[in-house]
Amino acid sequence: MNAVEVRDLHVRYDRVEALTGVSFDLPEGTALGIVGPNGSGKSTLLKTVAGLLLPSEGSVRVEGMAPRRLPPGTIGYVPQIEDVDWKFPVSVRDVVTMGRYPRVGPFARFSPADHEAVAHAIDALGLRDLADRHISELSGGQQQRTFVARAIAQQPKVLLLDEPTTGVDAATEEQLLELVRGLVGGGLPVLMTTHDLDRADEWFDRLIVVDRKILADGVPDEVLDSGAYAGIREHTHTHGHRR
Amino acid sequence: MMDWLLAPFEYDFMQRAFLAALIVGGLCSTLGTYVVLRKLSFIGDGLAHASFAGIVIAYLRGGSFWIGAAIATIVTALGIGFVHRRANVSLDTAIGVLFTAAFALGVFLMSRSTRATLDLQSFLFGSILGVSRDDLFIVLGLGFIVALVIGALWRPLLYTSFDPVVAQASGIREGLVDNALLVILALTIIVSLQLVGIVLVAALLVTPAAAAAQLTKRFVPMMLLSATFGIFASVAGLYASFQLHAASGATIVLLATVIFFVALGISATRRRQRAA
Repeated sequence: MNAVEVRDLHVRYDRVEALTGVSFDLPEGTALGIVGPNGSGKSTLLKTVAGLLLPSEGSVRVEGMAPRRLPPGTIGYVPQIEDVDWKFPVSVRDVVTMGRYPRVGPFARFSPADHEAVAHAIDALGLRDLADRHISELSGGQQQRTFVARAIAQQPKVLLLDEPTTGVDAATEEQLLELVRGLVGGGLPVLMTTHDLDRADEWFDRLIVVDRKILADGVPDEVLDSGAYAGIREHTHTHGHRR
Repeated sequence: MMDWLLAPFEYDFMQRAFLAALIVGGLCSTLGTYVVLRKLSFIGDGLAHASFAGIVIAYLRGGSFWIGAAIATIVTALGIGFVHRRANVSLDTAIGVLFTAAFALGVFLMSRSTRATLDLQSFLFGSILGVSRDDLFIVLGLGFIVALVIGALWRPLLYTSFDPVVAQASGIREGLVDNALLVILALTIIVSLQLVGIVLVAALLVTPAAAAAQLTKRFVPMMLLSATFGIFASVAGLYASFQLHAASGATIVLLATVIFFVALGISATRRRQRAA
């Protein structure tokens, strides 16, 4: 069964069409990478799958349902830029704990399973020593790991990551790669945008190239060897930050 | 001396006022934690002003001020939420236009009646004489509703305050949570009007929470500290206002402001010690 099914998706902002006729499937236990130049609609695609934007035409199905109709906690989402107030009075542990909030009812107390999910996520991202730090005292990589840990603590059915490796240190990138491959191995479907083409074959089982529409879809090596890759490369050299 | 100290507690109206102060101080400062973290202080001020139109209309038509204030404030609160989401107007601008207009409407209607002007001025600055037995029951009832909603929604409220986008993606109904917050904010303001008055109620929402934010970097301690400050400022301020023959709302707000500056001083001293 496919965890995510996108059919003939069109998304418009005002009059500009950010995505036009995008279709793809994400099966369970698969890491699907999305590459494309800046402004190609990668983040828009992720936001639409997350239910933050509505399709102008076409459909998005997650676990067989429209994203906004899913039971709370189904979609784990880590945006590209966390536009949060860094002075907000929360520690690393508090932020990770929020991952459980969608699953905990009004007036309900945290169950042992909730506490365990938080502790597990903190450990999985190597945040144990930082757990009681205030979020303003973290490096960029540590902040990113905190937000990924929150998504993991949620125990989502689908994980959406928007350029999680942009602006993080090499150690964090390595940690994220290992984590994602572990989760995918356990059956979790992962949809992730990236600028990093060099290691696409390590990250992903499948790769799609997007520039408002899908230009290529297949195994990373084949996609990167095809002509679609060359076009993207031009763009990322001028706008992106390819290593 | 003892007689002088205990004098305020001998009057029935003061006993009622103290109970009202306890509830109002606790509610405003607890909810104020979200108001400060979401930067909604302008909305609190605006909602309080908007209530005035409802109060004046209710008065002129011989109805209960509670119902007039409730309708005006809740309708405006939800209207603001709607305008903010749908219209191409910034939140600041929408509040600036709509709330002042509602307040102006209240003043306009009031000014055409001398009797109304005298009777209604107490709502602008608060009046402890105004708390009747029935009023106290309404304060208790509405206070209970607000406390219940905070108890039920404190986690989604916290999540959407910190990171609304991810909260929504993870399945939290952000629009619903926002509207619930606006409605309980409106109810809290209504409950506070008699004691603190329209002009000063925003301070009771913001100042205790702002003081608490100076002293802690964690959410739950911030909320507890804010509630402590709010209750202390309200009860002690009410007591002082009786002894000093001063307006209750103004005395309460001034006391809260003193707490804020003390907290600011403590926080600055701590920072200097850490730097040294």
